[in-house]
Amino acid sequence: MSIKVIRPGLLTTIQDIGRHGYQKDGMIVSGAMDKVALRIANLLVGNQENQPAIEITLMGPKIEFQQDALIALTGGDLSPTVNDEAVKMWRPLYVKKGSVLQFGVPTLGCRSYLSVSGAFNIPAVMGSTSTSLRARIGGLNGKALQSGDEVLSHPPTETGEAIIKKLVKKQTDRSFQQAFWTIHPKLLPSYETPIIRTMKGAEFDWFTKESQQHFFQQEFDVTPQSDRMGYRLKGKKLVLGQEKELLSSAVTFGTIQVPKEGQPIVLLADHQTTGGYPRIGQVATADFSALAQISPGKKVSFQAISLDEAQHLYMEQEKKINHIKRALRMKI
Amino acid sequence: MSNDYRLYPLGDSGIVVSFGDEINFGIHKRIQQFTEVLEQSLCKGMIEYVPAFTTVTIYYDPWIMSEKGRRNPYTAMSTYIEELLFRQEEKSEAVARQIEIPVCYGGKYGPDLEKVAAFHSLTPDEVISIHTNGEYLVYMIGFAPGFPYLGGMSEEIATPRKESPRNSIPKGSVGIAGMQTGVYPIETPGGWQLIGRTPLTLFNQKKDSPSLLQAGDRIRFVSISETEYEAQKEVDED
Repeated sequence: MSIKVIRPGLLTTIQDIGRHGYQKDGMIVSGAMDKVALRIANLLVGNQENQPAIEITLMGPKIEFQQDALIALTGGDLSPTVNDEAVKMWRPLYVKKGSVLQFGVPTLGCRSYLSVSGAFNIPAVMGSTSTSLRARIGGLNGKALQSGDEVLSHPPTETGEAIIKKLVKKQTDRSFQQAFWTIHPKLLPSYETPIIRTMKGAEFDWFTKESQQHFFQQEFDVTPQSDRMGYRLKGKKLVLGQEKELLSSAVTFGTIQVPKEGQPIVLLADHQTTGGYPRIGQVATADFSALAQISPGKKVSFQAISLDEAQHLYMEQEKKINHIKRALRMKI
Repeated sequence: MSNDYRLYPLGDSGIVVSFGDEINFGIHKRIQQFTEVLEQSLCKGMIEYVPAFTTVTIYYDPWIMSEKGRRNPYTAMSTYIEELLFRQEEKSEAVARQIEIPVCYGGKYGPDLEKVAAFHSLTPDEVISIHTNGEYLVYMIGFAPGFPYLGGMSEEIATPRKESPRNSIPKGSVGIAGMQTGVYPIETPGGWQLIGRTPLTLFNQKKDSPSLLQAGDRIRFVSISETEYEAQKEVDED
């Protein structure tokens, strides 16, 4: 199976869970911005969770299927259509050879994930297929997808075949067929709220009392200078109580750093491995999906939670994914 | 020995072991010893670790560390780390690797060499001599793939960054920024004063250990001619 990129869209890349194990070598982790959506996209077509999928940003691509394929679209709703007919997200979707997938206006979130049963056939570099644009590694030659690119995929998995069989039974002369069922909304990440739960960072106490309050009370603008490396925010200036220098140390997805000019940066999937700015906060992993779906121009605010609460939320999220896995086994 | 560290969280999936607040060789050595133990003791649930100047950060999966909700994951991780910190005291010292980095100084490969020399009222050859005389310690790798933070540069050639950064610095460029010197392993924008370029590849994704340099390595820069540079240049396969 293969797909052909007719138009690449704004930023369309191959991603998986990320490139782990090489941060000590300075290597960027990359991986999907919304990992929960990527994992569910794979599960819906009978893949392992950590297979490469296509991450689609804001303005989606135009893609033609060169063969019949079982796919799933998850994450932000960018108004997907197959042969100009609206299709639903978060469910298996069987498309016939020659079908064209396109996207319209973003109605919720800003990043979608496209998986195909059997998964895209992308060679792993340093244990991951994720495209790292800055290191020019992974994906299709370390680059975002371009017009004319063809992305190959493996044959559908056994589970994928079983889903196809069920869908084809209902097949009419339409060029695609969707499952009638979907995942319960309670099990999916919520993209509705721009309030992101956040722990205090190691240098939180370095900031003035006033700035500490501002950080958790104000709404920040997500500026257009935001990308997969980080969101640059704009709000009331955050200032240190005293001039202190910090030595470079590890930073990660969700680390909120405050450079000298006082406007925070939230680090995301393509974050550098180390940084030297004071860390005012750290977003809870359970809210990474909601964070990843905030588009530039929108607002974000941070709600204080404790480490215990954040770890509890993390485990609740893993339980939900396990629940989805069980539910899918029953369904297929 | 047992109370010279501090543990604190980096979010819900990271734990930082801090050995102090200043760059010095003692702390660096302690970090080297600790990461050696860590390397051999990665438990299920630990994802990876990142050594820095005074800290080692360990990333973990709270779900696995908690044994599916039976324990508090941060406490479980802290206990494990403390055991490792205790174990390290019995470990012997690792021998530092010595690595030579050939550099073609000045000319098209080091467009800022003259400026650095003029800034200190030195000749370009004197700058080269000072830069190649030092022995440098790789304190940490960070910022970009394979990028070394080096200690040991002479104050005599310390030069401020350029006022406006270049949009693109070729890979292998050797630069100076304040008291720091270093090599850019990949092409990137940057504001360092470029004094030369190495034909060595500092980051190769195809190798098991993709970064040529590791924290703890001792390096020396060796001056080579343009002809030698061209001859030693490793050809990129892609």
